[in-house]
Amino acid sequence: MGRYVIRRLLQMIPVFIGSTFLIFFMVYALGDPVAALFGDKAPDPATAARIRKDLYLDQPLWKQYLHYMGAIFQGDFGTAFNGQSVTELMAGAFPVTLRLTLVAIFFEIVIGITLGVISGLRRGRTVDTSVLVLTLVVISVPTFVTGYLLQYLFGVKWGWVRPTVSPDAPLNELILPGIVLALVSLAYVTRLSRTSIAENVKADYVRTATAKGLPRSRVVTRHLLRNSLIPVVTFIGTDIGALMGGAIVTERIFNIHGVGYQLYQGILRNNSPTVVGFVTILVIVFLLANLLVDLLYAVLDPRIRYA
Amino acid sequence: MPDPERPEPAGYDPVGPRPKEAVSPTGQGGPMDLALDEAESVEGIEKTAGPGAGGPRERPRSLWSDAWHQLRRNPVFVISAALILFLVVISIWPQLIASGDPLQCDLAKSQQGSAPGHPFGYDTQGCDVYTRTVYGARASITVGVCATLGAALLGSALGGLAGFFGGWGDSLLSRVADIFFGIPVVLGGLVFLSVVTSTTVWPVVGFIVLLGWPQIARIARGSVITAKQNDYVQAARALGAGNARMLLRHVAPNAVAPVIVVATIALGTYIALEATLSFLGVGLRPPTVSWGIDISNAASQIRNAPHMLLWPAGALSITVLAFIMLGDAVRDALDPKLR
Amino acid sequence: MRGATHAKWAACAVAVALAATACGGGSDSGGGGEAGIISSSWGDPQNPLEPANTNEVQGGKVLDMLFRGLKRYDPETGEAKNMLAESIQTTDSKNFTITLKDGWKFSNDEPVTAQSFVDAWNYGADVRNKQNNSPFFSDIVGYDDVHPASGEPKAKTMSGLVVKDPKTFTVALKDTFSTWPETLGYQAFSPLPKAFFTDHTAWLDKPVGNGPYTVDSYTKGTGMKLRKWDAYPGEDKAQNGGVDLKVYTDNNTAYTDLISGNLDLVDDVPAQQLKNVRNDLGDRYINQPALIIQTLTFPLYDPQWSKPGMEKVRQGISRAINRDEITKQIFRETRTPAKDWTSPALGEKGGFSATVCGDACVYDPAEAKKLIQEGGGLPGGKVTLTSNVDTGSHRDWMDAVCNSVNNALGEGPVCTVNPVGTFADFRNQQSSYKLTGPFRSGWQADYPLIQNFLQPLYYTGASSNYGKFSNKQFDDLVDQANRESDPAKAIAAFQESEKILAEQMPSIPLWYQNGSAGYSERLEDVALNQFSVPVYDQIKVI
Repeated sequence: MGRYVIRRLLQMIPVFIGSTFLIFFMVYALGDPVAALFGDKAPDPATAARIRKDLYLDQPLWKQYLHYMGAIFQGDFGTAFNGQSVTELMAGAFPVTLRLTLVAIFFEIVIGITLGVISGLRRGRTVDTSVLVLTLVVISVPTFVTGYLLQYLFGVKWGWVRPTVSPDAPLNELILPGIVLALVSLAYVTRLSRTSIAENVKADYVRTATAKGLPRSRVVTRHLLRNSLIPVVTFIGTDIGALMGGAIVTERIFNIHGVGYQLYQGILRNNSPTVVGFVTILVIVFLLANLLVDLLYAVLDPRIRYA
Repeated sequence: MPDPERPEPAGYDPVGPRPKEAVSPTGQGGPMDLALDEAESVEGIEKTAGPGAGGPRERPRSLWSDAWHQLRRNPVFVISAALILFLVVISIWPQLIASGDPLQCDLAKSQQGSAPGHPFGYDTQGCDVYTRTVYGARASITVGVCATLGAALLGSALGGLAGFFGGWGDSLLSRVADIFFGIPVVLGGLVFLSVVTSTTVWPVVGFIVLLGWPQIARIARGSVITAKQNDYVQAARALGAGNARMLLRHVAPNAVAPVIVVATIALGTYIALEATLSFLGVGLRPPTVSWGIDISNAASQIRNAPHMLLWPAGALSITVLAFIMLGDAVRDALDPKLR
Repeated sequence: MRGATHAKWAACAVAVALAATACGGGSDSGGGGEAGIISSSWGDPQNPLEPANTNEVQGGKVLDMLFRGLKRYDPETGEAKNMLAESIQTTDSKNFTITLKDGWKFSNDEPVTAQSFVDAWNYGADVRNKQNNSPFFSDIVGYDDVHPASGEPKAKTMSGLVVKDPKTFTVALKDTFSTWPETLGYQAFSPLPKAFFTDHTAWLDKPVGNGPYTVDSYTKGTGMKLRKWDAYPGEDKAQNGGVDLKVYTDNNTAYTDLISGNLDLVDDVPAQQLKNVRNDLGDRYINQPALIIQTLTFPLYDPQWSKPGMEKVRQGISRAINRDEITKQIFRETRTPAKDWTSPALGEKGGFSATVCGDACVYDPAEAKKLIQEGGGLPGGKVTLTSNVDTGSHRDWMDAVCNSVNNALGEGPVCTVNPVGTFADFRNQQSSYKLTGPFRSGWQADYPLIQNFLQPLYYTGASSNYGKFSNKQFDDLVDQANRESDPAKAIAAFQESEKILAEQMPSIPLWYQNGSAGYSERLEDVALNQFSVPVYDQIKVI
């Protein structure tokens, strides 16, 4: 187990290099960012040339990349165009987004699995159908609309919560955005756990457990749920990336200055230090999340072993 | 007809139904194995419902027709198939049920409600919402179905192999998937799609497959890792079954359910993703009409003209519903325990 | 800065434990916030907040509160009035002597002297400082020494700027430029304190200026707190206790905060809320002309658009656009159909004219069809409009323009839209002259002068002449106008030059963009200036 973890951690190095280069290349392919810094006015050629020189944009791609990587190893992730260092942006954005993601995952787990278990056990009944309808609504209505409606109802009309999140983004203000962010993933988690439960509910070990006279709740939580969780856990593992890097819409609606926003700005402004820096950290988060998921497999299903 | 349920289509040579193997220590293995045989040997969903109680032993009867009879009796399957057939028909011939021109717009009627001949009202540009919803089916369903199919096939093939064999191949594939997870949709879309000048839906489909496969691969990998622990798989191995045989006959059918679930929901999210790409100016280009574009245009106007959102979003719901139901029916057919 | 954040964090954790209260700092809750403090929406400035490096509204908003220059444009009339300047004298429209008023100082008590201006301008012009607004100093003698087209600068200062005494300096221009003093209200010409040069990083973290407000705290990406500077020597003292600028990543969110009472002032009402704005805000909604015009520029570098006869096609397209309907339905009257190439915010006196474009800007589908046929038809039978779509509601109006053209011509979808994902990409395609159809061009004037709407955009070889329009007669009229020392005559010459634009139609004037704003019941005397920036110092908090 220990060796397995170490091996997985070592695999991060090639992934780190690969993803930084890929993203660096992609931002490079977006084109020259300098002209857009001047607004509607034409850029002054001498000033633009100097900015390009300072950003190493006049160098060939591989030199730019080496220079960037060299700086990273000295702890310098570069600066965004507004003069803020990317490290500073990341220090501001990642904690907020991480909290938002955790809130979202919390709701995915609690609501999603609960609904999934209920509808899986009551397959084909009213409750199952209602959950299906909810799923459809969540999938077909854009996040912008659900987010905006919930914000309007809870924040403006009834005034139960602040409609927007303050800069420090305390957990209590992140509940509503967390739910909005979790909605689409909730659909997946619910359907996945429903299917797994429905599949396993007639398995031998469940029958055995029931026959042994165990109370139903214990059968469901200890035997049934545990064996049905692997697809759900896998999904949540893959979803962390989508939640952290792709929460642009939710973050905008609730004015959360998180990763999604910074990443989006960085991309729109072709700022490679911002984009590469943020994506690199995100990739590391995925790697850790996936490692965690793989280790959870062994916990949930003791037959699975890692050498 | 999309069949995301087909577990391992590539490289498998259908051998037709054979006598079931005696490798079912669970007591459930028999019918299950047969179910697999059927699922793989013919392309369709239809086969799979066949092996009810005792069915397997009646060799002379055509499993094809047997399965067809079974599935036909499943109302879920019938309804979903009818819905999908309807959607396909209006995708091909939208003019069957819509007489207008989706590009004929009169700004003076911007966001007006329903009027005679225009039951769903008008959108911001003054185009007829009904006509656009009907005409949007083609692009949206093509994108949704093809992208889902592509991502599901590619993802489950790669993920399944990685999960089954493990080792360095698994590491390599998983780490490549990690890098793909890291590519922000916006960045990928702007880079890959802005260089494409084609006005067809295929670049968009390709791009969604490119970003979508890692997730399905991960799900498939997880399922396969669990499924291969099952006793009957170990038994098959003990009996000297080859890898290909074990993977295709014993593991895949037991691992396919989560893939189907994720793929059917992803169908809806892919149609919405197309809208995100169009919003960035790199998705489907006008004059292509799609639900995704209309939904994203309507989203910001939700306070002013909710009817603009209702109809295309409703159409999207129905499409997703049809495929979820189809997926359910097929998955049930694949799983003897539920019967 | 970071330490403070950590402390806040700890405090926040405690606060969460105690009660469900907001931790963003007490005044964030706007509507019910600190007495006398206005909370207002803000966007992250795109560049560091240096006066000569700020060319967009969000940074400009702050500079307008922090700085006062030689002149200041009257928020109502747009007239350039002396602020720090006692007098700006010239005999030849080429050499100017500028005298400062007594008593002005920066908020760190450093007096504002002639040197403060000269240092600031030299800094802004020096290519090594990479200031966006450098070209504003390019009329001054010696600019090429500090800002050569390539290579290292030969000097650190411009020889055209000479300090005579602490209150006086002289400026020598390369050419006659009669209205040059009128440009001095632009923020790039602000004075800078010594601290700006001695400790630049600290200054950027907490800018110090000579305006009616001082910076209390500035958290990049989050917000800025400005407070009234009680010792402000000017006459336009702040009428409120201060302004808290809060960064919003989406104007719709800011609007939601406004109507829920968490914010006092939104200076950009989102397009999708315009339909409800009267309902939500009643008369607390401002919609007034700003110095912004949107046009569709033709790629005249492409022979298929510039060959003789095509001016009829260009006019025809202009006449196929139903501006009235589009400004009404898409923009809900926050745009006004354009009738010339300037802006009504200039005022009639400043050179705005509602008749210059004449029929060529009036919707007439039949005439449009006829003109395009006479001109030889659309190149290749179709036309493609290009714009970036990452900001604003550009896609909506482009779709509407194309629909209007298609409906007018009745030949099917001949007009299509080519959306470009990012502004950077759009700008690169535009400045490398790759676009083969009309493209969006927006222009916000830097100062309320008709010259600024015409010369940079249509003069041969001008910096923002992206369509490469070139017309000798037009150039001559502009030159003549710049030589006129009588402003009225200069304006007449500029208007004359606009008539050539109407004939040639190098770009189609679409509409004038208004400034829009909404505010809470706590505020009164809210107004926008010509740059669609709220005049913060005049706002009163009830």
